[in-house]
Amino acid sequence: MVRVEDIRKSFGDTEVLKGISLTFEKGKTNLIIGRSGAGKTVLLKTLVGLITPTSGTVWYDDINFTQLDKKSLREVRMNIGMLFQGSALFDSLTVEENIRFPMDMFKKMTLAEKRKRVDYCLEVVGLEGINDKFPSEISGGMQKRVGIARAIVLDPDYLFCDEPNSGLDPKTSLLIDDLILDITRTNKTTTIINTHDMNSVMGIGENIALLHKGKMAWQGHKEEIIDSDNELLQSFIFASPFLKELKEKAYGHK
Amino acid sequence: MLWRLPYHFGRYLMMLWQAFSRPENYRMYWKETVRQMYDIGIGSIVIVALISIFIGAVSGLQFVYQLDGQLIPMYYIGYIVRDLAIIELSPTFTNLVLAGKVGSNMTSEIGGMRQKEHIDAMEIMGLNTAAYLVLPRTIAALAVIPLLVAVSAMLAIIGGYVATVLPGELSHSDYVRGLLTFYNPYNVKMMFIKSYVFAFILTTVSCYQGYYVKSGSVALGKASTQAVVYSNILILLADYLLVVLLTSD
Ligand SMILES: Nc1ncnc2c1ncn2[C@@H]1O[C@H](COP(=O)(O)OP(=O)(O)OP(=O)(O)O)[C@@H](O)[C@H]1O
Ligand SMILES: [Mg+2]
Repeated sequence: MVRVEDIRKSFGDTEVLKGISLTFEKGKTNLIIGRSGAGKTVLLKTLVGLITPTSGTVWYDDINFTQLDKKSLREVRMNIGMLFQGSALFDSLTVEENIRFPMDMFKKMTLAEKRKRVDYCLEVVGLEGINDKFPSEISGGMQKRVGIARAIVLDPDYLFCDEPNSGLDPKTSLLIDDLILDITRTNKTTTIINTHDMNSVMGIGENIALLHKGKMAWQGHKEEIIDSDNELLQSFIFASPFLKELKEKAYGHK
Repeated sequence: MLWRLPYHFGRYLMMLWQAFSRPENYRMYWKETVRQMYDIGIGSIVIVALISIFIGAVSGLQFVYQLDGQLIPMYYIGYIVRDLAIIELSPTFTNLVLAGKVGSNMTSEIGGMRQKEHIDAMEIMGLNTAAYLVLPRTIAALAVIPLLVAVSAMLAIIGGYVATVLPGELSHSDYVRGLLTFYNPYNVKMMFIKSYVFAFILTTVSCYQGYYVKSGSVALGKASTQAVVYSNILILLADYLLVVLLTSD
């Protein structure tokens, strides 16, 4: 479980996060949604300590994450996996070396053991046999999946994904969503996903937080979206006239 | 610009403070160090050689011109070229050029990693990124650049020979006699001290520029330029201070 308490963050004079309190639950897919510029990425980066909040606290179970010194911070981070918006695979390393990197750095394992683990993780993301390819030689969707494989290689308790679907076709998007959901269920991870993809929201949104201009605008389960009368939520989810019309036809109300 | 100097200097020191700590995994750091040594050494030897030969050749010729018709014996040319190369030209020129070649390359590599969130990804893994990115590069530079400077001094002396003896301005025995005159091993020591200091400046300043680059390709280009400019200014400043320090008794 990850919990934030009254997080605020300003860059210069502009306050980007204006007092956010939230709980992200273990074994569930927790979504942060919101319009472009709402502060999703800033919130996610604050959660993992890449950005220091101006005030407020981040809790990892009962560890006060905001107050950790560098050394303890790194220890907690060994337990965090993160998928970046641009995958952030290291260009000079092959797919296998990328996935092996955290093990090479931190684990005392034999090469054979590491290889086995790499093969297992590649199998989880459905990409067996591309071990020796370089990131530049595989497609964006495959890079995302390799990014996921690298994020889960040390079996983290916390999984963060920044826009896992951006730039992907709807089919590949669904595949990535299923993958993340699967990992969350099997490994009981606290998964936090930052997205503005409506398919993801309606597909895997178990605990959704809508961010609007740095404030919490709505929180709930995907099932609660249709019946919610929250204006911001409705205009965000059913943004296009087509969807609005569809919804009116299906449910008979606005 | 100038009022930001204390800020940059403080942040630079903090980066170094973090960089010089115990590696998480010696093998991985060593691997990276070897890669950097190879890049710096093999990648720069040709340009360093070219510059050194010309430096020696030009100094030799100019002193032939300058000493012509004076009371100073011509064999002094070998002596002047040798010490000029060892004490000043090889360490300084080599490092100024390497700041442009190796330094700006380090800035764009690390800066690219920062912009593509590679550094963030390493941070999330629990890695001390300042250490992993700065330490191997600094060690590689300290190992390789002084060697390059030594090679450069040797080639400059050869360059001086080629430019003065071959066209017949000076006899072979005069040049060699000059080379063997007033030899002081302390000068070689000075050359190495300068090389270490300059190599340290150019790597750490370039790493700093890359490590804290802002987003966007314009910022990356600017950071590379700044790495070269600041390295060069600091190298020249350090050169002056070192000469004052090392030649006073
Ligand atoms: N390092 C920074 N310095 C200054 N302002 C920043 C910085 N990072 C983000 N911001 C500002 O914070 C606001 C929120 O940015 P953020 O990246 O969190 O948006 P987002 O919700 O992730 O949007 P998107 O969906 O487009 O990724 C933006 O207005 C942005 O300009
Ligand atoms: Mg974002």
